[in-house]
Amino acid sequence: MTNNLNAMTFIEVKNLSKTFDQFLANDSISLTIKKGEIHALLGENGAGKSTLVKCLYGVVKPTDGQILINGNHVTINNPREARSHGIGMVFQHFSLFPALTVSENILISLDEKITKKHLEDKISIIGKQWGLPIEPTKKVLDLSVGEQQRVEIIRCLLQNPKLLIMDEPTSVLSPQEINQLFKVLRKLANSGCSILYISHKLNEIKQIASKVTILRSGKVISSTSTSKISTTSMAEKMIGKKVKKITKISKNSFLNSPTAISINNLNRKKLSQFGTELKKISFNVKYGEILGIAGVAGNGQVELMNALSGETLGEPDEIIFEDKKIGNTNIKFRRSLGLEFVPEERNGHATVPDITLTENTFLTFYNTYSKNNNFLDDILLSSNMSSNDSKSIINDNDVRCPYSNPLADQLSGGNLQKFIVGRSLKANPKVLIISQPTWGVDIGAASEIRSKLLLLAKAGKAIILISQDLDEIYEISNNICVINNGSLSKPKITSKISAKDIGILMGIN
Amino acid sequence: MIEFTPRKIQSSFWAILSPIISIGITIFIGSLIFKMLSYPVMESLYQVFVSPFSRPDRIADIFVKACPLIIIGLGLIFCFKANIWNIGAEGQFILGTLCAGSFALLFPETKTYMLLFSMFIIGFIGGAIWASIPAILKVRLNVNEILVSLMLVYVAMLFIDFIVRGPLRDPMSFGFPLSKVYPDGAIISKVDFPFIGFLGQFHYGIFIILILCPLIWLFINKTLPGFQIKIFGSSTKASEFAGFNKNKITFYVLLVSGGLSGVAGVVEVSANMGRLQPEVSFGYGFTAIIVAFLGRLNPYGVVIAGIIIATAKLGADNAQMVLGIPKVVTGIFEGMLLFFLLAGETIQKYKISIRKDN
Repeated sequence: MTNNLNAMTFIEVKNLSKTFDQFLANDSISLTIKKGEIHALLGENGAGKSTLVKCLYGVVKPTDGQILINGNHVTINNPREARSHGIGMVFQHFSLFPALTVSENILISLDEKITKKHLEDKISIIGKQWGLPIEPTKKVLDLSVGEQQRVEIIRCLLQNPKLLIMDEPTSVLSPQEINQLFKVLRKLANSGCSILYISHKLNEIKQIASKVTILRSGKVISSTSTSKISTTSMAEKMIGKKVKKITKISKNSFLNSPTAISINNLNRKKLSQFGTELKKISFNVKYGEILGIAGVAGNGQVELMNALSGETLGEPDEIIFEDKKIGNTNIKFRRSLGLEFVPEERNGHATVPDITLTENTFLTFYNTYSKNNNFLDDILLSSNMSSNDSKSIINDNDVRCPYSNPLADQLSGGNLQKFIVGRSLKANPKVLIISQPTWGVDIGAASEIRSKLLLLAKAGKAIILISQDLDEIYEISNNICVINNGSLSKPKITSKISAKDIGILMGIN
Repeated sequence: MIEFTPRKIQSSFWAILSPIISIGITIFIGSLIFKMLSYPVMESLYQVFVSPFSRPDRIADIFVKACPLIIIGLGLIFCFKANIWNIGAEGQFILGTLCAGSFALLFPETKTYMLLFSMFIIGFIGGAIWASIPAILKVRLNVNEILVSLMLVYVAMLFIDFIVRGPLRDPMSFGFPLSKVYPDGAIISKVDFPFIGFLGQFHYGIFIILILCPLIWLFINKTLPGFQIKIFGSSTKASEFAGFNKNKITFYVLLVSGGLSGVAGVVEVSANMGRLQPEVSFGYGFTAIIVAFLGRLNPYGVVIAGIIIATAKLGADNAQMVLGIPKVVTGIFEGMLLFFLLAGETIQKYKISIRKDN
C-alpha cells in the first residue's frame, strides 16, 4: 500500500523551514504533490507561499528539512538543477525582453543548444499540442499579457516538466483567458504533469485544483481536498478570522443626482515607449455613483489616471467638473476643487518611501494648510497640522505602524494602502478617483478599503474605480466600463453585464 | 551577490566611532605606503595629519582653504537634494568672480564697502546666469545638465583667460596676464584678532558661512520650497502627484547653486588675490562636489566636510614642502580618507551580506 502511494507521489516536502535573519518565513512545512495533481497553494501576502516555491525552484536555499522527488532525497541549489529534476516555474512577473521575438526569448533561456529554426518548429508543435497558439516570430512587445504568459508556459513545457509551478497566473488575465489557461492546465495534469498553483483567489482554486494547502504565517494550516472545503472556510483559514461581508448600499439611488464629473473626448499621448495612447474617452459620473473601469493591465489605466489627476494636461473641456472646465488645470487646482486621487503605485507615486507619514500627509495637504495668504504661513511647513491629520488618518483607518510616525516604506503594503486611501478620504473629496486600490493587499485590508469606498458613495460622493480585479469591480461599482487599448467602452449597469461580456470588451474572444 | 539591507536601529556609538576608525585605517595604510616608498614614516604622518594643526596661524589657514569649498558645497546641496547634477560649479565660480571683478575695476579708488556689497550681488548673478544655461536647456529641451554644466566650465576658464590677457590686462603688469589691483572697497581684509593680531590669512569673508549655513538649514528643513526640493529629488512622480512644479524646482536649484558658487569666487578673490588672474580657482568647484556628499547634503555636515578636505589639502602641501613627498602620494591619502569615511558610513547604515547565487 505504502509503495503504491509512493509511486503516485512526485514530490514530497518534509519539515521544510526557511529563516531570514530572525524571521521565520517557512516553519516546518510538509507537502505532498501527486503525479498529475493540480495542487493549490493558498495564503495571504507574506504567508510564505513564494518562499516555499522559491525553495522548490532552487532560488532560495531552505534552512532545514528535506525535499524528495520520486522518493529520492534531492538538494536543489539553483533553478538549472530544479529544471533538471523536472521542475518548471512561471513567475508572476514575466522575464521577457519586449524587443526580442518569442523564439529569441525562449532561446536565451534554454539550457540546451538548439537552432532558431528548429526551435520555432518546436514552439508551434507544442503550441498545437497543448492549445497554446503563438506566433514564434512575433516580437514580445506586440503580444497581449495572456500571450506573454503562453510564451512563459511554452518555455517550461520545452523542458518536459514533471511539475509546473504557476505563481498567481490569473491576476493579469481576462475571464476568457482564464478559461483557456485552465483548459491547458487540465490537459497537462491529465498527461501526468503535476501543477502547483499559487493563488489567493478562492473561486479559482475550487474550480481548478483538486487539493489545497493553506499557509498562514509560514505554517501549514490545512491541507485538504478542495471538494471538502467551502470558499468561506478557506478564507477564514487563510486569514485566521471571520471575513466581514460587505453589502452594496445604494441600489442606483444616485440616478436623480447631478453629474459630478464628465469626461468628453479625452485624448492623451502615451507616457512611455510601451505606454498606451488614450483615444476619445468619454463618460459621466453622478454624485453617489461608483463607476468601475475594468481592464487588463497596460491598456491605458496609468495614462487615464494621470489625465484625470492633472499630471498630464490637455484641452480645458476634456474634463468638466460640475460646470468648470478643468482639462488643462494641474493637480493642485483640482484638489482645491474637491477632487482626490489614489494612483496605482503606492511607493514613489502616492507616497515618498523615505519620508515619514506626517510628511506624506503634508505632501497632498500643504495647499489646504496655507489658505490665509500669509506669506510666511505659505512658506513655512505647518508640521503641527500635518502631524494631527496623519494621526487621525492612522487612527480612523486602523493603519498599523511599527512605531509612531514611521517612514512610509516601513509599513506593509496593506497598511500603507489603508493610509493612502485614508488620506484621500480625510480631504473630504467630492470626487475620488482611485486606481487598483487593493492590488497586492491582503483580504482583511481589502474589504476594509472597499467598505470605506461604499460609505463614501453613500454619503453622496462620486467615485471612479480603476481596477484589474473583476470581483472587486462587481462587488462595489454601480456601472462598469472596460478600458481596452486606450479606448473606453460605454458604461453599463453592473447587473446587466456578465463577466463574459467584459471579456469580449477586453478584446479577447 | 552582495546585498545591502538597511539597519533598522542605527547605533549612535558606531556613528561616532566609524569616522575615527576610518581615519585610523587611513593612517595605518598610509604609513605602509610611506614605508614602501622609503619616506620617514613618523615624520611624514606628522606633516600630513598634525602639521596643519601645529600652529594657530596654520589652523586659521584651514578655514581660509575651506571657505570657498564650503560656500560652493552649501549651494550644491540644493541641486543634489533635487537630484539635479550640477557638475559645473567651477565654471559658475569663475564667471561670478569675473563679473564681480570687472565691476570692481570700473570704480578705481573706491573706498566704500558698498562696492564689495554690490560685488556679492553681481557675483551671485554672474554664477546664476552661467548656471541658468544648463537650467534653461534642461527645462525647455530636456538636455542633460551634467554635460552642459561641465562643458561650460571649460568655456568659463578660457573666457577669463581671454579677459585678463586682453581687455582687462593691467598695462603695468609687465606682460603678465593679470588685471589691475582691486580698489580698496573691493578687498576683504584679514581679521585683526584682539591681543593676537593677524592669524595666517584668516579674513572676514569666512564669517559669511556663519550666516549661510543656518539659513540654508532652515530653508531646506523648515520651508515649503525646501520640502519640494527634497521630495522632487526623492521621487519625481510623487512630487508631480503633490502638484509641485518640476521646471520651477529644476530652474531655481541651479540658479541658487550657481549663485552661491559665484559668491564663493568673490570671497576667494577679494580676500586672497585682490585682482583677476587666469587661475582664480584651483579646482574648488570640483572638490566641493565631494564636500557636499561627504557632508551628506546637510549644511552643517558640509562645513565639517569642508574643514576635513581642506586639512588634507594643507597636510599634503606641507608634506611636499618639507619632505619633498610628491603631491600624487598625498593625493592617495585624500582618496583613502574619503573612501574609508564613506565605507564606514555605509557599513554603519547597512547590513552587508554576501549571498551565493548559482
